[in-house]
Amino acid sequence: MGELAAFIILSAITLVSAVVVVTSRNIVRSALSLVPTFFGVTGLYILLQAEFVAGIQVLIYAGAITVLILFVIMLTEGGTGLRVRQTNEQVPLSILAAAVVAVLLIGVLAQTPWPRATESLPQYTASGIGEALLTNLVLVFEVTSLVLLVALMGAIIVARRER
Amino acid sequence: MQVGLTHYLVVSALLFCLGLYAMLSRRNAVAILMGIELMLNASNINLVAFNKYVAPAALNGQVFALVVITLAACEAGVGLALVMAAYRNLETVHVDEINVMKW
Repeated sequence: MGELAAFIILSAITLVSAVVVVTSRNIVRSALSLVPTFFGVTGLYILLQAEFVAGIQVLIYAGAITVLILFVIMLTEGGTGLRVRQTNEQVPLSILAAAVVAVLLIGVLAQTPWPRATESLPQYTASGIGEALLTNLVLVFEVTSLVLLVALMGAIIVARRER
Repeated sequence: MQVGLTHYLVVSALLFCLGLYAMLSRRNAVAILMGIELMLNASNINLVAFNKYVAPAALNGQVFALVVITLAACEAGVGLALVMAAYRNLETVHVDEINVMKW
């Protein structure tokens, strides 16, 4: 019962602030509404017993990416964008497309019989994740670090001022 | 009533569709990137939920969620650098005004 209540509250926080993100005319308000969205998703991770993923979510999304987005808003438009039209002329079509995708997805999800596992997760998952990253999935780990390095250099080169 | 796999999948489908709406309807490139972040978060909820309810022995879903978070950080960094470069050269961040490659 408590789990259900926590799930409903966290989903409501996530979805309501996501609606503010996508509909607000003030671009700074959209960026700041990302923070409660990411915290709601963090709560869902904790409900799903993924404590390590939850911690990384807070550090990277709520900490780093939101600050990066706010910096770029500050460096480009020079304001909240309230005097500028924020949506293009495709709003009705976009609502239609999003609604059709939502109805299709939820219909398919509700009808599919998912396999259910009999065992349960270990009590603490962080050590298991570390072991998997350095044994079976070490290639994924290495390739991800290479992608991170290349993205870092690419971002510096693209954003550098030309002389 | 227990919270099951379908509940999490429905929440993540709704979050994905909100991100899709932001991507299709926003003019500001930074707002489009915010929509992409919402969609990546939705996929992460799916991965972690499937990890718990379908294959809890392997922890692969949580590792994939961490990889997706890393790639989302890369994508945000490169995407925002492109926005900065476009603003410097074209003096706009509105994607419907950036049409120098259009016929």
